[in-house]
Amino acid sequence: MTQELFETAGFLAGMANLVRSRDAAGPAGAARAAAPAAGVPAGENQEAEPLVPKLQIRNLNFYYGNTLALKSINMTFHDRRVTAIIGPSGCGKSTLLRTINRIYELYPDQRAEGEILMDGRNILARDVNLNHLRSRVGMVFQKPTPFPMTIFDNVAFGIQLYRKMRTAELNETVEAALTKAALWDEVKDKLRSSGFSLSGGQQQRLCIARAIALNPDVLLLDEPASALDPGSTEKIEQLIDELQADYTIAIVTHNLQQAARVSDFTALMHLGELVEFDDTTTMFTSPKEKRTEDYITGKYG
Amino acid sequence: MTRYRRRQFANALTLGASVVVTALGIVILLSILTTLVTYGISALTPALFTEMTPPPGSAGGLLNAIVGSLLITGIAIAIGAPVGILAGTFLAEYGSGSRFTDITRFVSDILLSAPSILIGLFVFEVAVVTVGHFSAWAGALALAIIAVPVVLRTTEDMLRLVPNDLREAAAALGAPRWKVVVMICFRAVRAGIVTGVLLAFARISGETAPLLFTALNNQFWSTNLNAPMANLPVVIFQFAMSPYDDWRRLAWAGALLTTAAILGLSILARALLSTPKDTRS
Repeated sequence: MTQELFETAGFLAGMANLVRSRDAAGPAGAARAAAPAAGVPAGENQEAEPLVPKLQIRNLNFYYGNTLALKSINMTFHDRRVTAIIGPSGCGKSTLLRTINRIYELYPDQRAEGEILMDGRNILARDVNLNHLRSRVGMVFQKPTPFPMTIFDNVAFGIQLYRKMRTAELNETVEAALTKAALWDEVKDKLRSSGFSLSGGQQQRLCIARAIALNPDVLLLDEPASALDPGSTEKIEQLIDELQADYTIAIVTHNLQQAARVSDFTALMHLGELVEFDDTTTMFTSPKEKRTEDYITGKYG
Repeated sequence: MTRYRRRQFANALTLGASVVVTALGIVILLSILTTLVTYGISALTPALFTEMTPPPGSAGGLLNAIVGSLLITGIAIAIGAPVGILAGTFLAEYGSGSRFTDITRFVSDILLSAPSILIGLFVFEVAVVTVGHFSAWAGALALAIIAVPVVLRTTEDMLRLVPNDLREAAAALGAPRWKVVVMICFRAVRAGIVTGVLLAFARISGETAPLLFTALNNQFWSTNLNAPMANLPVVIFQFAMSPYDDWRRLAWAGALLTTAAILGLSILARALLSTPKDTRS
């Protein structure tokens, strides 16, 4: 028993180091530390920016047929912050993500009840234009899903759904999206080859480029790195760090270290319930719930 | 005999029987093909492609029948392929799980194996008796009906192979459903759908029974779709049954042409389908 307590304490301390080291040495952390010294106005300094709720989830229930998969979820995603959703398989974390862009509506037997307020407006309301909503809420899936077309067209596809552009402008927009997704240098000489010709990690960054090409407010990442090798995973995590300056990011992950590394806030889910939701440092160092502590120390899940 | 011996014996027996039966099948097929080639090659002359079907006892070719077959089959595909593709798309993309879909698929499967002479009779009643004369249109219609279930089935099967992730990814960008289907799913299985159309083309290009009551035959050059039109299968049928040697030679040549065309289409279809996914763009 005592032994176990020691181990737990040691683990939590390790996690705390991980969280701290992210702020100290991570690229974004370094940038933030340097920002005030360089005389950047306070408005552009992220850490100083107050938290603004972007998405407020209120009493959200979700059903697959008659099965209740999310039980009265209440939580807030803050503007320009990364929120990680963790929990064991089947706990509903992907389901939660899929309600935010209403992608579940592709399947007639799935439905959501409750409210999700985005900038104060309920996006679950009937009169919401789904395509417009999805242009503001981008999503990246677990498996890379390049479309069966060229790399250029993969990114241009989404843009052209909303805007008719001249070729020059389209080229610029595609380049900007690929640059932002840290893929431009790798693909600029083969924009006309198939999206399938890229490696898994590149395909995933192509999917991210595709999503941010629409300039959305929110990015939903559903285990974006779980099918990738460690090197590609690291690139995706760096990218998340860079993207959080512009987007509200919700990331579902199975990987606790990843949640600790990339997120500002963490939500733990279990069996369709939200167990605990707090800032990441608190969640990993001094969780209030016994179940959170058990989960992050590997006692279940 | 030990148990091991018994197993060895049973194994040898089964293996032997399989080999014999397989060999039998191949021998029969090969003998059909060699007969076809030996009789057909000798009748393959340039005149085949430049002259009309002759009256008995004089020289001639199959030009009118070749052109007629191409016309009728082409029109049949032009009618049948869009119907098949659209119906297959409906079954795979829109109607999943509904009773209407199940019934449509069931009917299409029955149509797939329906005797083609039945379809010929049907079109005869609908498009020949009512109009009062045989016509190439009626022939094309009969062949189109045969092509629809082939194209429908391949289209549906191919679209079902498209991973749902891809549909979700496109929908997540805010693409309306029809754009997801047309610009993503169709593109993903383009080769498969084209293969289905080619296979349907191959299937109907050898059909004889439906043309007997519809397009009939025409000894002369005609591209009038409202009149009877010469076509290879019926010419083969008529000439092969005749007592005239030169007609029978032409029938062999026509059979060789048709077989070669079908073989070529099948090879093309296979080549298309086996194109590795990552080299397509």
